[in-house]
Amino acid sequence: MAESLGGEALVSPPPSLIRASYGDRVFKGLLTLAAVGVPLLLGLLFVELVSGSRLAIERFGFGFITHSTWNPVTEEFGAFPLIVGTLLSSFLALLMAVPLSLGVAIYLTEFAPMPVRKPAAFLIELLAAIPSVVYGLWGIFVLIPILRQTVFPFLQTVLGFLPFFRGTIYGPSMLSASIILAIMVMPYIMSVSREVLLAVPSSQREAALALGATRWEAVTSAIVPYARSGIIGAIILGLGRALGETMAVTMLIGNRHAISASLFAPSYTMAAAIANEFAEAVADIHLSALAYVSLVLFGVTVLVNAGARLLIWRVTQRGMPGGAT
Amino acid sequence: MNRQERRRLKSRVMVSIMALAVILAVLPLVFILLNLVVKGASSLNWAFFVETPAPAGQSGGGVGHAVLGTLIIVGMACLIGLPIGVGAGIYSAEYPASRLARVARFVADVMNGTPSIVVGVFAWTLIVANQKHFSGLAGSVALAMLLIPMVMRTTEEMVKLVPNSLREAALALGYPRWRTSLRVVLRTALPGIVTGSLLAIARIAGETAPLLFTALGSQFFSTNPNQPMAALPLVVFTYATGPYEEWHRLAWATALVLIIVVFVLSLAARIATRQRFTLNA
Repeated sequence: MAESLGGEALVSPPPSLIRASYGDRVFKGLLTLAAVGVPLLLGLLFVELVSGSRLAIERFGFGFITHSTWNPVTEEFGAFPLIVGTLLSSFLALLMAVPLSLGVAIYLTEFAPMPVRKPAAFLIELLAAIPSVVYGLWGIFVLIPILRQTVFPFLQTVLGFLPFFRGTIYGPSMLSASIILAIMVMPYIMSVSREVLLAVPSSQREAALALGATRWEAVTSAIVPYARSGIIGAIILGLGRALGETMAVTMLIGNRHAISASLFAPSYTMAAAIANEFAEAVADIHLSALAYVSLVLFGVTVLVNAGARLLIWRVTQRGMPGGAT
Repeated sequence: MNRQERRRLKSRVMVSIMALAVILAVLPLVFILLNLVVKGASSLNWAFFVETPAPAGQSGGGVGHAVLGTLIIVGMACLIGLPIGVGAGIYSAEYPASRLARVARFVADVMNGTPSIVVGVFAWTLIVANQKHFSGLAGSVALAMLLIPMVMRTTEEMVKLVPNSLREAALALGYPRWRTSLRVVLRTALPGIVTGSLLAIARIAGETAPLLFTALGSQFFSTNPNQPMAALPLVVFTYATGPYEEWHRLAWATALVLIIVVFVLSLAARIATRQRFTLNA
């Protein structure tokens, strides 16, 4: 940013002011450069992903999304099982994580004894700091043996009449991956919904209690409805995390390009396929197909996150001043 | 039982269920940390931190190469990412209404939600595909991509917290804007920025997915950023999914080291914020 002074001033200012305005311009220039860099980087990411997947886009078009064969030998690629695997594992994870994290968030904002509230929230948020690969390690050597020997057989005897719980029991499977995902996503949903619940004005709670509601009724009738769109935002944010989660899922899902009704069977996700095959792929079309998969994954997470931000933003905008709408 | 009592009972039952949920939610943390310590701690010794791995199937060896690799890769990622992240954060806090600030803020949120594996693919097509070989530098670029939006958003929040009266006082004393920003505003916000940066560094230090096909991993001490490089998370992944008992033992020990690094960084971050409040008073 070594631009010269544009000497346009009619009356020359004192030297100290000239130095100041020069410094200001350099400073603002540097900051602007950094700020412009952020959108540029995202643009570059998008361009690189598209150019990386051009070969596959030209060969397979949109049929890539609905086609189910994945065969590097015959160079036929379709991402349908991967997309289904990603959506299903994330959905199952949310099914387990949402009630649990909402229960925790509500308890920690409304019912828990004051001295417990912050430390408990801190402990659970610590889960979010554990690297994904450590979850994977723990999943392989601790969680999967427990699941395969006791939990899965139990589920099969109790719920075996459902097609999801039939068939051979594998350790690495859709259900194992979903369980680890649920643990990983929980701190995010818990922490954001806790913040949203804390923003609910106490007049809301007091009004319900004054009308004779029990504490639980105050939660369901006054507090949660008030925070509803923020909580939905928190859940969608968790969904965004689950969709893109890679290492732990790669290590636990069994990595098979197939869709099966049984949750005990191995499966695959978009992120896991990229992680496993990218470094080993040799054919250009194989690499390009994997880049195409990451483009699809990128698109899905951008949509999901934009939706979540919008919802949370709406709540916090409304929630701050007084709030009684 | 009348209606009143039924409602009260229901309330009490639901509250106890939620209390159980808290216990259930804390259990995984306790379990994971306990397992890490039990299975990993016994393998930690001096050789573990300074030696390279023994040949496959043999016992002994260490992960010194990965400790060095992680330091280099994360260090380079900070060199690339921190200036851009902090600069963009100051910009969007100092000129909050400008169009650029709004765009940058939105883009940072989008980047924050982008899966790290996708960022890895980006670094691959950008660098590895062009250079035709894997490199530690490509891994650093991928990690910097993850670092920038996190650092930018926390920097912005922290700079916004600085009271306007401070800024005005400095300007009234004849300080030019840039010196006001650097010497007064930034100085006040610094502990918060350090906290945010440390938390972000803790996050990227544990990332594996973006390194899989950029830094790739290596068996040797390597300080050349243009060559494949080992990193602690990559070692955990390779050893955990490998066939040997000995590897599994090393994987647990490495994971323990990784967790300690991440927690120490987070703890340092918390201490830095605590100081902010005493400074402001």
